[in-house]
This record gives sequence, structure tokens and C-alpha cells, in this order.
Amino acid sequence: MKILATLQNNDIAPRFDLATEILIASIVRGKISGEPRTVLLPGPGSDALCSLIIKEEVSLVICGGIEESHFQYLVWKKIEVIDRVIGPAPRAIELAIAKQLRPGGIVRTESTRSARL
Amino acid sequence: MVENRGNENFCPDLIEILNGVPHGIALVDQDLRIIMMNRFLEALTGYSGEEVRGIYCDHVLRTGFGRNVQVFRQSLDSGVACSIEGDILGLNREKIPMRFTATPVVERTGGRQALVLVLEDIADCQKTGGKKEAGTAKGLLGHSPKMQEIFELLPVLAHTDSSVLITGETGTGKDILAEAVHLASRRSKYPFIKVNCGALPESLLESELFGHVRGAFTGAHADKHGMFQLAQGGTIFLTEIGDLPLPLQVKLLTVLDDREFFPLGSQKKVRVDVRLITGTHRDLKQLVEVGRFREDLFFRLNVLRVHLPPLRERDGDVRLLIDYFLQMFAASFKKNVKKLSSRALRLLGGYRYPGNVRELRNIIEYGVNICRGEVIDIEHLPPYVLADAGTPPRTAAEAVAPGSPLSGGPDEELPDNAVSWSSIEKRKILTALMQTGGSRTGAAKALGWGRTTLWRKMREYDLG
Repeated sequence: MKILATLQNNDIAPRFDLATEILIASIVRGKISGEPRTVLLPGPGSDALCSLIIKEEVSLVICGGIEESHFQYLVWKKIEVIDRVIGPAPRAIELAIAKQLRPGGIVRTESTRSARL
Repeated sequence: MVENRGNENFCPDLIEILNGVPHGIALVDQDLRIIMMNRFLEALTGYSGEEVRGIYCDHVLRTGFGRNVQVFRQSLDSGVACSIEGDILGLNREKIPMRFTATPVVERTGGRQALVLVLEDIADCQKTGGKKEAGTAKGLLGHSPKMQEIFELLPVLAHTDSSVLITGETGTGKDILAEAVHLASRRSKYPFIKVNCGALPESLLESELFGHVRGAFTGAHADKHGMFQLAQGGTIFLTEIGDLPLPLQVKLLTVLDDREFFPLGSQKKVRVDVRLITGTHRDLKQLVEVGRFREDLFFRLNVLRVHLPPLRERDGDVRLLIDYFLQMFAASFKKNVKKLSSRALRLLGGYRYPGNVRELRNIIEYGVNICRGEVIDIEHLPPYVLADAGTPPRTAAEAVAPGSPLSGGPDEELPDNAVSWSSIEKRKILTALMQTGGSRTGAAKALGWGRTTLWRKMREYDLG
């Protein structure tokens, strides 16, 4: 299976429709197989991103905010979507594999914890 | 005055106060990370303020701005509040149009800087955008061709930040137009400050406009913000700009060019983001020629120029204004005055109105006050109007001229069953539309109006 996360720097992009970068990880027997692939998109856009998700045969999408119409479209295409996620994308993918990531989840690393005021 | 000294020490938590505000509010640090947010914003985003503390605000708010919200950073750097429109993706995956207002704040102890972000849902405003625009011309009445030109210019004036110079005789409505421009502009949420440059001596005017610091002059016991600072983000309207003393003209020119100035006695520059509208009944060009007005300032102010016509040049508007003021004052004074007699109408139709709309308003106010019955006759009008009656009627301002599409015959009074001019006008529009089978072009032609006028009036009366 494949997991796709929208990227902004190393974090999950806050908006699905504005993401210009994605991270695709292939999962084999519950583990990330190989190096996750970063893809630079030609530009932001929900429709193009949905097409890419279908084309890449992604099973799980991790993203920030996503509009209801695109969320429903992906669900209809039998793609699981975990949205409103905040935090570093690689860690979010790890948590998703471990079935510990929920919609609205805030993924914290040691560095983000120390950044708290 | 009865004082309640028990309230002096009442000091609730800041967050409790913010929770009472029906807008999303977040306090963010210099890096734009969340420090706190109110309950409204928690509901909007689906996160609690505590759990997102220290996280970049764009991740939490899911704005369309990205991490480097330049405008917010500029606001932090300059210390000047700003406002920007955008959208967020709410908890329900719905895109919500928002107006973001960022106000920099500095911690009293420690001097740390932060930004208060206020998120205001403008979805309703956008839906009713057209209606809002119609409402902004409230107070400006008229369907004479010259006023139609002004109404058509209004959105153009509102959608720019350039300086506007409004000229026109006294009482033509320069203040109302300035406010209408402000209300139709993106600055409408911010203050509209009006300063009469002819009303104060030079020394006081400088302090009034630009503020002063404590000790700047005898009697300056405390720091005082000037009108430019009070109008921050909004519009300042300098009326009677032709009376502005020459030394202040230089300072005003500097403010217009640099957007910053020194308050009286201060060594610290103040930066402002204010739109300037000026008004005058004087001929500024002539003042420039005689050396009483700086030419460079004149060119700076004269970017967008609007001339409000005197009432005597506004064909057909007198009758409309008479009806409007009659309704207004009768309701305000709880009087049963319903109309003006044909003699009074004829008299007012022939009057010259040197004081323009303001004078007409005063005449009707006088009449409504004096009249004890239902009809205002000539004996209820101010004596000076009667004294002027011997003067031949003006030509251009034959406001109740026979044959005019918006007036009745010379002896015609307002019909008894007329609720208001607007209801008559509404009926006329409906009739014209029915006669032309719903064709707006045909109806506009039948009414003697342009298509734009018909469209504007249909919007005004909700006939769209």
C-alpha cells in the first residue's frame, strides 16, 4: 500500500488545496519500504492532486485541511483520508502505519515540544 | 455620578474576556506561533488553545496565506495594525471567507512583541455585497444626471486608496460623500475621522491632527494621539482644506509622501496607514495662484476629484429631497404633517438655495415644526424664503418643473395616499416594467433613465 502526505517544508501542509509538494511512502508488511519519495507538483490544486492520488494508487492520504467535496471524492474512491493533521510528515506516516494517527491529530517531536512557549 | 468602587479591582483573565467576543481571536508570538486563542476560534479550528500552543498559526488556522504571511510580519515589524481578507478551512471542511486583522502588541514588562489576530467571518458580507454597496450611498439622494455621475463614480472611488478631493459649494454634501466613499471601501471597518481645518487656530490644529507628547507645550499634561493616529487603518476627511495654514500644508505633504510624521514635541516617528479625503468649497487652483496654497500639495490631493453640483443645477432633485426631509422630520418630531401645498411647492421650486441641500433641509425642518396641520403652506416657511419669492425662478433648477418626469404639474400636490416618494418611484418602476414586458432597457427608456440608474434603483427597492 501507499501513503501520501501533503508537504510544506517537512510538515504536513496546512491546506490540501494549496500543497505544492507531497511525500509518498510505500508500505510493505507494516514497514516503510525504501526511501519515501518527494514529488514537487507543478502547482497547487485539489483536482490535480486527487488525480495524482488515484493514479499513484494511494490507499491513505494524510493532510491538513481539505474541503468536504474532495474529502468525499477520495472516500468514494475507497481512499482513507486522515485530515487536519499537524506536525512533521515522516512522523505522521509512522503513526499512521501504527494505527495511532487520528483526524485532527497533532504530531509532536522533541523539537516541536521544546519550541512550545 | 454614583461610583461603584467595588469594581476597581475587577480584573478577569484575558482569555475569559476574549471568550466573550463573537470572533476568532488568537495571540501569536513574533514567529507567528500560537500563544493563546479564544473559544470561538477553538470551535472554528477544532483544536484547543492549550494543545496548539507553540504551533505556527497557519497550520492551526489553515489559512490560504502560507507560513510567511508577509502582511502579518510587516505588521510586527512596523508596529502598525493591518487588515487582510482571505479564507480558512474550518472544522467542517468548509472554506470560510475571513477578514484577518492583525494588531501588534508589546508586553508591558519584558517588552516582548506579539500579534493579536482577529478573524471575522465575512461570508454574509460577501453574499450581500451588492446590497451593502447600495446602502453605502445612504444619505446621498438624487436622480439628476449630475448626481447619477457621482453615484456611478462612487465604487471607483471606494476601490482605490488614492487621495480624493471633493469640491462643491457649502451644503452640497461633501461630508456625506466622503463618508459614503469610506463605507464602501475596504477601510470601512476602521474609523472615519473628520477634521475641519478651518475651525481651529494653527497651533491647535497641528496638535489635533498629529498629536503631541507630554510637555510639548504649556498645558500638554499627557501624551495625546492625533487624528491621523486615531484614523489608523481607516479614512481621515479634512474638510475646508483650503483653510489649512501654510506650515501645516508642508507637514501634511510629508505625511502623504512618507506615511509617517513626528507628533508635536516627539522625537519618535509615528507610522500611519490612513486614506486621505479632502473637501473644500474654495477654488484651490486660485488659492495656489495667490500663494495661499502649496501647488505640490494641490497636485498631491487632486488625484481623484469630484465636484458636487449645487442644488440649483440638480434638475428635479428638489422635489425628491423635500419629500425625503418631510418624511424624516415628521417621523422624528412625531408630527402629522403629510405634504406641502402646491403654493409652497412652487415657492420652493423657484428658490435659489444658496445654502444648497443643508438649507433645504433647514427650511423643511422649520416648516414641520411650525405647521400644526397636515399641509405645510407658504406661511409655515421661513420668512427669508418668502422675501426671496419676488426673485424670478432659476432656470436650471426647475426642480418641480411642469413636464419633468419626476414632478407633477404646477398645481399638483403629493397624492394623499402617497406613503413616500420612494413608494411612488417603486410603483413607477413596476408599472414601466409591466408595460415593457419586463424589459429593463425598455423600462429605463420609458422612465427617462439610463439602464444603470434603473438597475441601481431596482436594487435599492429590492426589485431585482
